[in-house]
Amino acid sequence: MSAGIELENVCCDFGTFRAVDNANVSIKPGEFFSFLGPSGCGKTTILRMVSGFIEPTEGAIKIGGKDVKGTRPNQRPTALIFQNLALFPLMPIWENIAFGLEVRGVDKATRRKKADDLLKLVDLPGAADKMVSQLSGGQKQRVAIARALAVEPSVMLLDEPLSALDLKLRQHMRAELRAIQKRTGVTFIYITHDQGEALAMSDRVGVMSQGRIQQIAVPRDIYDNPVNGFVASFVGENNIFEGDVGPVSAGMAGLSSPHGAFRARIAPEAQGKALKLYVRPEHTTLSKTAAAENSVEMEVTEVAFEGAFISVHGVAAGGKRLSAEVKNDGITVVPGVGEKVFASFDAARALLLPDANVRA
Amino acid sequence: MQDLIRRYGTGLTAVFCLLVAFWIIVLVILPNFAMFEQSFRPYLPVVDIGGPKDFYSLANYGKIFDNGFETTILGIPVTMPIHIKTFLDTVFYSAVVTFLTLIFAYPLAYFLAKVAHPKSIPTLLLLLFIPMWVSEALRAFAWYIILTFNGPLNALLKALGIIDQGIRWQNGVFTSYDAIVIVLTYCYVLFMLFPIYTAITSLDTNQIEAAEDLGSPWWRTHWRVVIPHAKPGIASGCVMVFMLSAGSLLVPTVVGSTKANWFPQTIYTWFNDALDWNTGAAYSMIFLLVCIVFVILAMRVFKVKLSDIAK
Repeated sequence: MSAGIELENVCCDFGTFRAVDNANVSIKPGEFFSFLGPSGCGKTTILRMVSGFIEPTEGAIKIGGKDVKGTRPNQRPTALIFQNLALFPLMPIWENIAFGLEVRGVDKATRRKKADDLLKLVDLPGAADKMVSQLSGGQKQRVAIARALAVEPSVMLLDEPLSALDLKLRQHMRAELRAIQKRTGVTFIYITHDQGEALAMSDRVGVMSQGRIQQIAVPRDIYDNPVNGFVASFVGENNIFEGDVGPVSAGMAGLSSPHGAFRARIAPEAQGKALKLYVRPEHTTLSKTAAAENSVEMEVTEVAFEGAFISVHGVAAGGKRLSAEVKNDGITVVPGVGEKVFASFDAARALLLPDANVRA
Repeated sequence: MQDLIRRYGTGLTAVFCLLVAFWIIVLVILPNFAMFEQSFRPYLPVVDIGGPKDFYSLANYGKIFDNGFETTILGIPVTMPIHIKTFLDTVFYSAVVTFLTLIFAYPLAYFLAKVAHPKSIPTLLLLLFIPMWVSEALRAFAWYIILTFNGPLNALLKALGIIDQGIRWQNGVFTSYDAIVIVLTYCYVLFMLFPIYTAITSLDTNQIEAAEDLGSPWWRTHWRVVIPHAKPGIASGCVMVFMLSAGSLLVPTVVGSTKANWFPQTIYTWFNDALDWNTGAAYSMIFLLVCIVFVILAMRVFKVKLSDIAK
């Protein structure tokens, strides 16, 4: 049975340092939820609080509706997959997987059978009698997942489990993890600093910075409608303009900056704050002539070929750095280094955002 | 060898090799061989050495089977040569000491390696080391005083109301070897502590947490994860403590009673009191050999390889 998880006003202090500040999240049963943030943002602390290795300083954690305060990790219906996997190197694979069952007093034959079944589930049949050291990185990954699944947890907690793998394997394991989560229906809480991973795998993502949850939303909203500059910058690149915000009408507002007057979307809750304009390079187009609005002239300084797209970097007046991504479709003309072009963007694609939500 | 020469040059490599050879040949092999050779020759007046009476035999080794006396083993009365009895007692109580040091050292090693705050480790280690700066002889005498009839231990126990009559510790409460076992345990506990501490330090803390996360109670985490990892450390600690205890002369001499003989004392008597170095050498050889066999057997039983200990 999978269970939902609620964090209610959870804070965690290490001495005078506040690692997690007033976290409120409600994770649905069977959901794939990711916490995304740079190292030191408090995401691992949240995971360790849910698994029971750290008690929150304030607030409550509920698993399946029950407050788990004071419950040790070995009494919680959670299973944690460690960043370094923490497999037991002195036990063969099947004993690793069946360790949680051994603890629960399951007899040896049943344990062995369950281990074999789980090895099939994670697509690793026949590895039961090998030792941990005989497996490759991806195989160890699967064993760690099987070991966690063996105890039939209501919640799986994953602490950057893919960070040690190479790119190809990482992408493969993403799909694999997602598939296992769908097959088992267990609630997954996934910790990562890799925005691609979080966006590609999750049902919902919580972006964190300096102990605070900045935004909780579906991946698409995180990318397209970030609530502040931190979220916008952490999940992708931006061209950023600073200036004074004009009056709001119909969800749009003007920004008068040293680089010209712009128009962009503005969220109702952002009004009245100090705002900057954010627009993604892939929403920035290049042309010989200025567009009707939201256009800046720049001199191209670098053209980087990335394969599917071409990244064009330039400098506008006052040394302002801008970049645009041009699709490698064979039609769009790519400007050369030293050329003067206009970088323009659609007002609906640009956002006026405040800085990160951090403690004063 | 090639590698050594390339790295350190011919001169320095020669120095290394000569020093190692000196150590192994002159300090280890030759003395042992001399003792081995002596052990087969009779103890003779100087004038007879090299004469017709000086021939190799196993007579010295046979002396260990002399002087049978009535004793009991586990309550069963038996007749047994007195030196064999001393020998078996020494091996048995050395094993008891080894077990006791393990019982004390393991939790302490775990605490130091995984529980104690890293900042407090140097202080804690210093506290453990300070008693070791005092010579073993003084520590044994200190225990002699602690354990005497009118000594501080009895005074404390009486003051706490645990006993009303003083206990003659040196005669023994459980066995006549109590005092020896207590003091040997005290003297050699650090030789158990440090190998285990080092072994546990190298254990990934995540493994302990992973076991707990999978529902394991603390004792099973130790049994299945920590102890298997620490096994090489435990093994080398056990070998060291066992050999040091079995070979201790000073502690049994200071705190032992007349009923508690330790085999090194017997050997010492042959060498020093009887001046029969040949029989002393034979006894030493037997003792060395049997202790080695005992250790190898124990390693077999606990499935420890020699290469584990060498780590």
